[in-house]
Amino acid sequence: MRHSPRLIAIAALCLAALPALADKLRLPATPNAAWQEECTSCHLGYPPSLLTAANWRQMMGSLDRHFGANARLDPGTRDQILVFLEQNASTKETRQSPSLRISETPWFRHEHDEVPARAWSDPAVKSAANCGACHRGAAKGNYDEHDVVLPVAARR
Amino acid sequence: MLKQALVATLLLAALPVAADTPQQLIAGYAAQAASNQPGFVPSAERGRQLYMNRFALADKMPNCAACHTEKPVAPGTHVITGKAIQPLAPAANPERLTSSSKVEKWFKRNCSEVVGRECTAAEKADFLQFLANGG
Repeated sequence: MRHSPRLIAIAALCLAALPALADKLRLPATPNAAWQEECTSCHLGYPPSLLTAANWRQMMGSLDRHFGANARLDPGTRDQILVFLEQNASTKETRQSPSLRISETPWFRHEHDEVPARAWSDPAVKSAANCGACHRGAAKGNYDEHDVVLPVAARR
Repeated sequence: MLKQALVATLLLAALPVAADTPQQLIAGYAAQAASNQPGFVPSAERGRQLYMNRFALADKMPNCAACHTEKPVAPGTHVITGKAIQPLAPAANPERLTSSSKVEKWFKRNCSEVVGRECTAAEKADFLQFLANGG
């Protein structure tokens, strides 16, 4: 059985598209235990691939001023978490955030450009930090578009 | 014999730090408090007042109850991130008050954020007594 050159070309294109698929928002299969303990008690565990390594370095270097809270860690724990974040960070420029807020990366803004403003201010949402308000599987790393449910007030 | 002792020591060292109980934690803070205030006895009522008192340093986080609700046996919600918070009272959540380092960590963070300073040993003893009583 011989494959036509066209079929081979299509297969090659599909393979080339794989890295993009791999860049999904799943949490790493074995999240670092310190990250789990320290970074998921006040907010859900944001996938490290939502920001760049440079962003995470800056974030972990300014934990005493962490979006209005003092989240300082002992240096050993902080460094251990940073390694995990760097290893799983995005290399895409569109996931670089000037403010360190995930919600202000070009990628995030683009992905959420259809979300009405009133959804963000809905009392059930509270803030863009609350991924789970609409992405029901967010705590488990599932951000599939098909599982999104906007709060009732925002849908009206 | 010596070898046996060595093995036993190593085994003991490998064991995880024994879990604390709420009563042990309260006793520890009460003992610290008593060094400044002889005859100190933890009070769940003073603990409740600390829990409910509106320090109002931050708009969204005026007191403990803002996130933990007025009843520490109930689950709470982080007022900014919306994250679900498991109940604080051991009666509803047996994992609470079982690790001195965890308890100390959260007193440090939340007292500075909500009260605006570190809490005293007396306040910590009262607060834990309040939680241990189920709120």
